[in-house]
Amino acid sequence: MAGIKSLDELKAIRDKYRENIIGRDTSNSENKIRISVGMATCGIASGARDTINAIIDEVAKEKLTNVVVVQSGCLGYCYAEPTVEVRFPGKEPVLYGNINAERGRELVKKHIKNGEIQKDWILERTFKNI
Amino acid sequence: MPNYRMNLLVCGGTGCKASGSSEIIEIFEKEIEKAGLKDEIHVITTGCFGFCEKGPIVKVTPDNVFYVEVNSEKAVRIINEHIIKGRIVEEYLYKEPITKEFLPEQSDMPFYKKQIRIALRNCGFIDPENIYEYIAADGYQALGKVLSEMTPEEVIEEVKKSGLRGRGGGGFPTGLKWEMTRKSESKQKYVICNADEGDPGAFMDRSILEGDPHSVLEAMAICGYCIGADKGYIYIRAEYPLAIQRLRIAIKQAYELGLLGKNILSSNFSFDIDLKYGAGAFICGEETALINSIEGGRGEPTVKPPFPAQKGLWKKPTNINNVETFANICPIILKGADWFKSIGTEKSKGTKVFALAGKVNNVGLVEVPMGLTLREIIYDLGGGIKGGKAFKAVQTGGPSGGCIPKEHLDTPIDYDNLTKIGSMMGSGGMIVMDEDDCMVNIAKFYLEFTCDESCGRCTPCRVGNMRMLEILKEITKGRGTMEHLEELKDLGQTIKDTALCGLGQTSPNPVLSTMNFFWNEYVAHVKDKTCPAGVCTALLKYYILPEKCVGCTACAKVCPTNAISGEVRKTHVIDREKCIKCGACMATCRFNAITRR
Repeated sequence: MAGIKSLDELKAIRDKYRENIIGRDTSNSENKIRISVGMATCGIASGARDTINAIIDEVAKEKLTNVVVVQSGCLGYCYAEPTVEVRFPGKEPVLYGNINAERGRELVKKHIKNGEIQKDWILERTFKNI
Repeated sequence: MPNYRMNLLVCGGTGCKASGSSEIIEIFEKEIEKAGLKDEIHVITTGCFGFCEKGPIVKVTPDNVFYVEVNSEKAVRIINEHIIKGRIVEEYLYKEPITKEFLPEQSDMPFYKKQIRIALRNCGFIDPENIYEYIAADGYQALGKVLSEMTPEEVIEEVKKSGLRGRGGGGFPTGLKWEMTRKSESKQKYVICNADEGDPGAFMDRSILEGDPHSVLEAMAICGYCIGADKGYIYIRAEYPLAIQRLRIAIKQAYELGLLGKNILSSNFSFDIDLKYGAGAFICGEETALINSIEGGRGEPTVKPPFPAQKGLWKKPTNINNVETFANICPIILKGADWFKSIGTEKSKGTKVFALAGKVNNVGLVEVPMGLTLREIIYDLGGGIKGGKAFKAVQTGGPSGGCIPKEHLDTPIDYDNLTKIGSMMGSGGMIVMDEDDCMVNIAKFYLEFTCDESCGRCTPCRVGNMRMLEILKEITKGRGTMEHLEELKDLGQTIKDTALCGLGQTSPNPVLSTMNFFWNEYVAHVKDKTCPAGVCTALLKYYILPEKCVGCTACAKVCPTNAISGEVRKTHVIDREKCIKCGACMATCRFNAITRR
């Protein structure tokens, strides 16, 4: 391992490894955009793992630091798996269905980054949480 | 580098390791491998989370779910339910003792709500054995900034401006100490980190070294740059094997990356760090005794002045700071003195780590802003007194501190306030006592500790403390007199005035402060020959309650000295001449007919 020769070099190393720990920073999490991917058996069977990994990869690529990507349990929309819910702080959550890896990446670019809700993929919420 | 979507942060501090966290890590890794999620889920061994009462701790991020008291069985279920299927396992979460609600998120827990973590910023967040994690969390940025952008005078000015005071006990302004050492002229100077944490019940320095060793190394190098030293020693007690192991790993990694050693970051500054092990003598936490010990001499203090800043290690100017003090340096450099100054009280800036122990629900490590009250720490963070009993006193400052009664619970904690009420900040031990603790006995306990640990160099400490202990022993045996109490006060004051070092000068504090606040309890021991808390066995008397005794003879049969007599089905009596107060009768009686008072 070669030594670090300058402050700039040190900063570059910091930025490279920052991705590793950024997901751990749970401070201020209530003010972050929360993307949850349905990862129950049916979700996984329909490819939710590829979806969540694609979303995480895209979030990292776009260097979005105000986003938390988590997995959630079954919502009951087995016909529309994988499902992805996007929740902006203080706003009603938006639920999407049939989100494969490719659509996941697009969601990050369009909805998360630019704030454009993708109407065609929205699942109508047919339940109320008590 | 895989892009992990989930992290399992498992506490690898001494406390959680003792309750089996290493095994949990193995299970997590095995189960994750089995599920084929090795590149998606990251298991990280971290430093202490502070919530030792409920260890082992596992935190899942980014969900921010906090599992407590995890064992191997729970570990498997957490993987199968939460990690694979996204279902939080509710019953393993922290249960709020009052509302009985399960709290999933760390930030909801009262234990963490009022904490501000500066010294503990990386504990429970990064893997202490991986330097890249520390670098990712802005590690070594302060050293880089100092070496490339600041003069030593500017750094010292910033530390002075921040108002940081020594966290080891004395509370001496850190910036001033650095400046004094800088001004002492010498070719060779030294930096020493005092990691000889010895107060009973205190473990904040250990947790910092175990959870974030690089923060101390980096701050020592910054200190070296400021005072003009190229060599540092960490004096650490050999009883901290895990801290030593992690420090060794950290030092090795820092050398490999050129963050220690020759010409750090291509500057003219070079700095080496070595470890020195202490053999567990409490006195070696005193700086002059510590220096003697590093030099290979006996761990005995010397007269100050000269202070270490003028003549320290090998008679060269030496700057000694405590672990927690060093852990505060890098954030001050990076975020600025004004930020640091905005936290705390007028004369005590920043935060303080306390080791909360004794009869409190949430035993553990907390870092709170100065100025929080004792009540907030004990009741909000600590969750109140165990078993719903009544609070009696809190002991702060270890064997050098004092007991604070409930009248002073609302005192905002800082250096000056604690001194004003007859205790001290000390290193940050905080032992909570309830109605079942006898204050005379507590004073005796601390004095026994001091007598054991006194190095014997000066007479007031060596002989004086022994005499005080003898008097206390007489009192707890029921042979005390009112003259004894006066003698205790006199002797205590004399020792305070005449002892050579900090250990002796503060050793009477536990006695004097309990006499001050709990005088009645001393009088009860001396005049009434009773122990109100029921602790001092020699003062207890066993009685049989006639209205409850059915005459079953069970007590008479177990009494080893045949002190109990009575006919079958008639009330029994205890012969107090023969009774040795073993308590066997009380344990045997099925009718609660035997009491002691």
